[in-house]
Amino acid sequence: MKKKKEVEKFDLSQEAIKINNVNLYYGAFKALNNINMKISQGEITAFIGPSGCGKSTLLKCLNRMNDLVDGCKIEGKFEIGGQDIYAPKFSLQMLRKNVGMVFQKPNPFPMSVYDNIAYAPRLYGIRDKTSLDEIVEKSLTGAAMWEELKDCLNKSALALSGGQQQRLCIARALSVEPQILLMDEPTSALDPISTAKIEELCSQLKQNVTIVMVTHNMQQAARISDKTGFFLLGELIEFDDTEKIFSAPSKEQTERYITGRFG
Amino acid sequence: MEYSLDSNIEKLKSDFKKMCETVMEMLRGTDILILKSDKESAMQIIKSDKLVDDAEMDIEHGCMRLLLRNQPFARDFREISCILKAITDIERIGDQASDIANITLSLDCAKLSTKNIVKMSSLALKMVKDSIESLINEDTSLAEKTEKLDDEMDLLFTLSCDEIVETIKKDPDKANQAAQLLMIAKYYERIGDHAVNICEWTEFENKGIRNKFQ
Repeated sequence: MKKKKEVEKFDLSQEAIKINNVNLYYGAFKALNNINMKISQGEITAFIGPSGCGKSTLLKCLNRMNDLVDGCKIEGKFEIGGQDIYAPKFSLQMLRKNVGMVFQKPNPFPMSVYDNIAYAPRLYGIRDKTSLDEIVEKSLTGAAMWEELKDCLNKSALALSGGQQQRLCIARALSVEPQILLMDEPTSALDPISTAKIEELCSQLKQNVTIVMVTHNMQQAARISDKTGFFLLGELIEFDDTEKIFSAPSKEQTERYITGRFG
Repeated sequence: MEYSLDSNIEKLKSDFKKMCETVMEMLRGTDILILKSDKESAMQIIKSDKLVDDAEMDIEHGCMRLLLRNQPFARDFREISCILKAITDIERIGDQASDIANITLSLDCAKLSTKNIVKMSSLALKMVKDSIESLINEDTSLAEKTEKLDDEMDLLFTLSCDEIVETIKKDPDKANQAAQLLMIAKYYERIGDHAVNICEWTEFENKGIRNKFQ
């Protein structure tokens, strides 16, 4: 029998994510300019800012999704649990297992609900049916979908509603027990009920998972995040407690953006 | 391009100023009634209280509508919250001015010693005027100065109580009237407290910090 691969976890107890003097270029274009920030374990951090400000670019850097982008050059340092994730010998497998990602558009695999969840655990060598069943149940429960889907695990994931598909993608990300979850506008394609379910889910998940979320919805950032970072033209203008950012921001640019007076 | 929330907040501020002007007018009226009873003026003050109550309801509705529809942030949020909170204090000041006017209808001020209550009345007027000005002009320094006057108000209240007790001791026949005067003193002391509340909202509006003045 194939043996389960053990993948090391990050030690996030001191500091989950540390971004130091980061510049990012797409060819000659400088998309991120001297970004510095620290993200603590067990918190939801929201990245806000107008389109093209660099927030999604920064989010993708946190699990090296920009590695394959032509002409992308990164300066500075990204540390997760004190480890430099761009160090030459750093294990991408460890990074991708521990830092999950959920995208704007739900992207379930064209297979059953069960197989969607079991896909990554199987990749990590888990073949035992009982173990996979447990993972599927735990992941769907974690994404608050078990009761909804327990009787139709063999149904095609593509037959689910948009909101269910997005929560399935979260469940799929949870199947490998990530320590950090990156979410790029996870509810922008969803109706208010599905949005509320995902927000509720994030609030529950943060006990075990550090969440970084890009959102264009100011109310969403204010509702669920603990910290908020405001980006503009590739710079981190302000990063503070969410309550402070939305009630009394320190910077004029932040104030203008969140009150809709930007531009 | 004018941002529509701006014009809505300006309208709220303008309505708030009008409400404050009405209450200030009522309070100025009580200042005179303490010195000389005047039934007609007292009735006018009592009547004005309805205008203040109606204004409070209208402004409250306007604030809640903006909070619901615009879900404002930062300064917009602070300005609307401050108006929503301050109108409660302004409305209570109006109630108390009306209550004072009502008491003066059955009070013969000329026969009572009102030296300290007259001082309380002037101080209340100043505190309310300055607290409103501090909120409207976003003047934290004026708010802090005004808040400090509350100690003086508390002292004057103590002195007024002593004065009233002395009156009752000297002339028990005046006990009933003196008790009414004590009510007036208490109302002015409470008006001072409401002015302090408004000053605290000025600080929140400007700094985003909600602190009770010590």
